[in-house]
Amino acid sequence: MAYPVIKGARYLLVHVPNMLINNGTTQTVERKKNPDSSYLKNIYKHIRSFEDAVAYPPNQVYIGNISPDELAKMESPWYENLVHGSSRFGRLGEIVPEDEFYAWMKVSDAFELVFLEKGFTDELKLKLKGNELFSENDISKLGSGFEIYEIEKLVRENSAEPLNMGEKLVGCIKRAHDIDVNLSAGVILENTAAKASAAIVLRKLIKDLGIEAESIDYIIETSEESCGDMNQRGGGNFAKAIGEIGGCINATGCDIRGFCAGPAHGLINAAALVQSGIFKNVVVLGGGAVAKLGMNGKDHVAKGLPVLEDMLGGFAVLVSENDGKNPIIRTDLIGKHNVGSGSSPQAVMQAIVADPLEKGGLKIGDIDKYSVEMQIPEITVPAGAGDVPQANYKMIAALAVKKGELDRRDLLDFARKHGMPGFAPTQGHIPSGVPFIGFAREWLLEDRIKRAMIIGKGSLFLGRMTNLFDGVSFILEQNKGKGEEKKQPGKEQIKFIMAEAFRELADNLLQEAGNWNGK
Amino acid sequence: MLSGKKVIIIGDRDGIPGPAIEECIKTAGAEIVFTATECFV
Repeated sequence: MAYPVIKGARYLLVHVPNMLINNGTTQTVERKKNPDSSYLKNIYKHIRSFEDAVAYPPNQVYIGNISPDELAKMESPWYENLVHGSSRFGRLGEIVPEDEFYAWMKVSDAFELVFLEKGFTDELKLKLKGNELFSENDISKLGSGFEIYEIEKLVRENSAEPLNMGEKLVGCIKRAHDIDVNLSAGVILENTAAKASAAIVLRKLIKDLGIEAESIDYIIETSEESCGDMNQRGGGNFAKAIGEIGGCINATGCDIRGFCAGPAHGLINAAALVQSGIFKNVVVLGGGAVAKLGMNGKDHVAKGLPVLEDMLGGFAVLVSENDGKNPIIRTDLIGKHNVGSGSSPQAVMQAIVADPLEKGGLKIGDIDKYSVEMQIPEITVPAGAGDVPQANYKMIAALAVKKGELDRRDLLDFARKHGMPGFAPTQGHIPSGVPFIGFAREWLLEDRIKRAMIIGKGSLFLGRMTNLFDGVSFILEQNKGKGEEKKQPGKEQIKFIMAEAFRELADNLLQEAGNWNGK
Repeated sequence: MLSGKKVIIIGDRDGIPGPAIEECIKTAGAEIVFTATECFV
């Protein structure tokens, strides 16, 4: 059967400095444990403006306006070398400001839990009129808004989570149950933000690719949030809820989880669904993680940096039947870290990178670009976590040296040539392999590269059910066209041809036997 | 160097994970009192 293809990928960033302060877990924990800390007092001085977030070079890469190779040549620290005059709109994505995002959260609210103040609602209606992703129907869904005293009362007396623009209260999110912690205001806020950010990027994917929302058969949601109640904490299903906002009336879907590796698992599953012929068009997507906002903020503030983790991320990828043009997913060369693979870096890279390549008769250098954990290094280095993409590239190169495929002296060159700098926010599943798919699709189509490997890794141990971690990979390759596939019949086609031939032979033999008896 | 010492191991998912460090430390004769792998991203 024909390999499935990547028909397109789109990306989203949402600049949410107020959610960072109010709802990021580093900040909420600090507020509980150490309410008078200097960190909480000083964080306000380290908040970026929307303009600075848009002009931040890695964010411009994430939405497709700057290529990863160009970023590698740009002067760092990038937060001091902003690209002024940058657009919030990119070829592969978009950056949304926080006030507009509150409107998206309101539109994504199915249970009247999001309240926006009257005057603020009027401002949003004016601002979003004419927005190509926000419809007239969405504007009517915003309603007329609520009086500020109603919102203040909900925050003061009913444990509602405030929605701020700076010091100004502009709305709130109510809890959905008075006891169940799974439906608390904080969880509803996180889940609504994950849903809304995924819904925006889904709509963008549909619009930019010029496809009908009705043509999508199945949606796989791969974030790290959990929606459910006290009797089924992770019941789901974000995918269908997001599809509803996206207008995908012919789709159902499910949520696939694997910590940061969720998107890579989701894409492998989508490829299988398409290649088997079960579905024609499957969207794999994920929205942002509110909890992770400002995760390394203490180190950023202590070292005088802006708090760079002020962005929610999102992505959506369309996997479709082979069209003879778009890059294929080599479903016969899937890498996976098994339960018994072992945890040493060498064992991990052997399982995820080397094993699938060996199966396909390929060498480590035959992959032009590896997309690993693509976290922006200047977020993680000040916090002592190092340059994560670089660490991964060095491990891949070291494996190539060990296998005798690379000279030790060329290790760093290999990392430069086959890697790229991290350009995705530290939003868990968001930087894990998928940020490069948009560029990879274009570069494969332009014959700039022949193959790319997408790698997802997940920290399963954080859930305290196992000490294991996880990782999966798949290879994107140039499409050789439908014609070539026809020239080379697959296993199933050969089986069919053989069966037909045997049937014909059997018929002939029976006929001959009949003739003989008749004689 | 580590013989008879008590050791706490904090590994890193994208560096050397805890269980891998544990295997090395065991061979040096140390007593491992705690192992964890952390994820900073």
